[in-house]
Amino acid sequence: MPTWPSEPRGTPGRGPRHSDVAVIGAGPAGMSAAVAAAQAGCSVTVFDLGERPGGQYWRWGPASDGRFHHGWPAFRALRDSFGGHQAAGRIVHLAGHAVFHVDPPPAGEVPGIGSRFTVHAVAGERERGYAAVEVSAVVVATGAYERQLPVPGWTLPGVMAAGAAQALLKGSAVVAGHRVVVAGTGPFLMPVAAGLAQAGARVAAVVEANQPLSYLRQPLDLARSWRKLPEAAGYLARLARHRVPVLCRHAVVAAHGDGRLRSVTVARLDPAWALVPGSQRTLDADVLAVGYGFIPQVELLGEAGAQLRRGQDGRTFAAEAGADQQTSVPGLFAAGETTGIGGADLSCLEGQVAGRAAARHCGHQVRPAGPAIIRRRAALRRFGALLDAVHPVPPGWTQWLTGDTVVCRCEEVTLARLLAAVDLGADDARSVKLLARPGMGWCQGRICGAAVAAIVAGQRRSGRSDGGDPDFPESAVSRPLAQPVPLEVLAEAAHERAAGGMAGSP
Amino acid sequence: MPEQSAPCPNVDITVDGAGWSVPAGSSIAAAFVARGHPGWRLTRRRAEPRGLGCGMGVCFDCLVTVNGTRGVRACLTDVREGDVITTERGSGFADLAI
Amino acid sequence: MSASHHRDVVVIGAGIVGAACCYYLARAGLKVAVIERGAVAAGTTGAGEGNILVSDKEPGPELELAQVSIRLWRQLGDELGPDAELEPKGGLVVAAGPEERQQLDEFAAAQAVAGVEVRTVGPSGLRDLEPHLADGLAGGVLYPEDMQVQPMMAAALMLRAARDLGAELRLHEEVTAIETAAGRVAGVRTSTGGLSAGLVVNAAGTWAGELAARAGLALPVLPRRGFIVVTEPLPRMIRHKVYTADYVANVASGSAGLEISAVVEATASGTVLIGASRERVGFDRTSSMKIVGTLAAQAVRLFPVLAGVRAIRFYRGFRPYCPDHLPVIGSDARLPGLLHACGHEGAGVGLAPATGHLIAQIATGQTAPVSLAPFDPGRFEEPARA
Repeated sequence: MPTWPSEPRGTPGRGPRHSDVAVIGAGPAGMSAAVAAAQAGCSVTVFDLGERPGGQYWRWGPASDGRFHHGWPAFRALRDSFGGHQAAGRIVHLAGHAVFHVDPPPAGEVPGIGSRFTVHAVAGERERGYAAVEVSAVVVATGAYERQLPVPGWTLPGVMAAGAAQALLKGSAVVAGHRVVVAGTGPFLMPVAAGLAQAGARVAAVVEANQPLSYLRQPLDLARSWRKLPEAAGYLARLARHRVPVLCRHAVVAAHGDGRLRSVTVARLDPAWALVPGSQRTLDADVLAVGYGFIPQVELLGEAGAQLRRGQDGRTFAAEAGADQQTSVPGLFAAGETTGIGGADLSCLEGQVAGRAAARHCGHQVRPAGPAIIRRRAALRRFGALLDAVHPVPPGWTQWLTGDTVVCRCEEVTLARLLAAVDLGADDARSVKLLARPGMGWCQGRICGAAVAAIVAGQRRSGRSDGGDPDFPESAVSRPLAQPVPLEVLAEAAHERAAGGMAGSP
Repeated sequence: MPEQSAPCPNVDITVDGAGWSVPAGSSIAAAFVARGHPGWRLTRRRAEPRGLGCGMGVCFDCLVTVNGTRGVRACLTDVREGDVITTERGSGFADLAI
Repeated sequence: MSASHHRDVVVIGAGIVGAACCYYLARAGLKVAVIERGAVAAGTTGAGEGNILVSDKEPGPELELAQVSIRLWRQLGDELGPDAELEPKGGLVVAAGPEERQQLDEFAAAQAVAGVEVRTVGPSGLRDLEPHLADGLAGGVLYPEDMQVQPMMAAALMLRAARDLGAELRLHEEVTAIETAAGRVAGVRTSTGGLSAGLVVNAAGTWAGELAARAGLALPVLPRRGFIVVTEPLPRMIRHKVYTADYVANVASGSAGLEISAVVEATASGTVLIGASRERVGFDRTSSMKIVGTLAAQAVRLFPVLAGVRAIRFYRGFRPYCPDHLPVIGSDARLPGLLHACGHEGAGVGLAPATGHLIAQIATGQTAPVSLAPFDPGRFEEPARA
């Protein structure tokens, strides 16, 4: 036999940490789950990408005093509970940790107390070490990220997600620029614009692609969500006070500049989102804060075997979760935006339910969620669905692009290259990916995937006879590595127990 | 976890050889933006500038090299005293090309 | 069926082998249709690294086929254009220690007798070829003829060239049966209709056995799972395909368990691909941190500079293999008119043009440039008992 060793030489005896529960994500849902599980008596290990807990919704920094935040007292209370459990040793908070894989219990093991998940993470965005924990229950609360639509010029510095502008403000007390256009669709645009205006930026316009007054067509659901109306009214009032024009049925269809953003083109849209000819006008801006709704981050759940369901627009997936937030994999729970976009209140509620259910799964005596909680969760979910319904993303935006528009930012794949791949016979998104490489870069198609699917769907010449889903099958969100992993970290992970019955293989 | 509305102490870092004084608790991305640099990276194919994208670690546009570690997401990483930051042109690994 | 549904040849499968068959058949002037149940290169080709190798083949029929194929790839590179990313990068096989070095040198000497270009490299010479290679290796052999191609693009470009010559490509259509008349192939029935044809080529890759079964024939093509780890895009840090000497032993192994060797190469797009594992676990698509982690560890041992480089994804593919590790190319004596072009086990990309060329020779009644006996589809049959 050759002398080349096939087992890596590593420090022997380095085993994973053990814990009752792992919580992935320390936003509203994750923090709530961790606190609930700790309160019920569990040891909890929390993994989070950020330097501080709070996720995106409660992104904060040393200078934060709540003036740019929503629900600050509630966050402080949650943070204090979290900190208390940390001090008592019940919660271990691993900040700056990027979970790249969750191994479900090996096939053949009876699920329940004693069968263990392994959570693998890159420890530290700077340090890039390896951390792993073996646990009885996992709560995945990895939140969501903003959907972007490629437009000419959207890669110019100064064009950023609406949430990015807000993160600068809330997390680092930095205003993104002097003259901001906030654009896209969804209820998120208003608080972003209001916050920027309050912080002293000149917000040139809020450009909403849909017509949210269609709320009024669904009065019954609206009546049930009456608590939300003052919030919306408050944002509108603040925008009016700062003289920020709000344009509906308009979109930013191009961005311009010389190495950085200088201006944007705004145009009116018809209901299918085609440009109304002649409606274009230019607005000066050095920041375009843009977002078209949110996409749940469910890859860890999907890879661990959890059942996913397709979102309304057909190009997002969310985890199926039962009354106790458990997915189809026993011991694996999902809470917050991972089960469907619904906002921070719903996230906190689902996190509490998931944390308690995870504790129950570990053998602690915890009562299941009562009817009042179930009702409130249902009401919040309905409101989330209502908001979703009045902020669709029809495919007409694909007509705004030119051949030179970069569609895949990571690999710099232009529309022209995508169309060339279609011309070569690639008639579904996966084939286009293999030929032209969109989605093959660092972000693995998170930013461009849905856009590529829409573009390819629009190009398809004939109908498909196989009845399959050519545009966005579930495999489109399958990412065996949920985060980039240094090869030496991957090498260390080989020592940990793996799934799929590999234990004991030669 | 203290919070205050008073000004924060600054940290001293180096960016492409230049000394910057940046409020503690600021992300590296915020440090660039606050100084009027919306872009700080050049892509490898088209040598186009990129900076803050998603702000939450999903898009990988904001990469910088920090103390020799390449491809660090500036939006997720707070500045630390003494950080030596270099911007990436084409690739953080350009110096290893053969 | 009407004349509009008649073809000279139906090729089943639009992977690299099916595409090559279609290309050479079309160039030979035949009316060809390729029927594929998914998209172009949707099967194993889409998981391939694009290897075109002589380095890993011992003297014998497969090496002979590979040598013919490499000459054809050079021509194809010109015909298909730069989008195919055909790169004559060469392969470098390295030995960890003196015993391995000796085995490798003997292996290379035999290959040289068979006409393969080999250059032995001493320990100090390795770093001239690959500056980032680890210290302490015992030397190796350089194979200048080894090449790499982008397999999906190559398949798509071959199919387009064939279509320009009148071939037809039918995607998302599944062949459900091979129709016969008077003991000969008469055509195929598909999920949407059918075609009549005097010749049918089974280029269904890892599913070739399943397809043969639809014609009532046994063909022992089985899946051999492999994982590939893909790094973030990098500037050129690795010049050749570099692999360790035990890779050759693993390919030839009949072991049912897991075989892992170290294979590292860069691509035109900047990613580095890391392989190679081989297991017989059917079509199991579950992931394994253990295998992926071991591949990573091996790559870092070969190239320490890769330690901090990040993997951004890994994927698995299923190589189609036969019990004797040789492909199946040629007429099936059990059903005149049925040809097989499958079972290439990890060498499909490299051997595709030669396979396609052979199929075209058979279809037009010409003499094949190599003996087809070792690839005979009938070689698996038990001899008839008296």
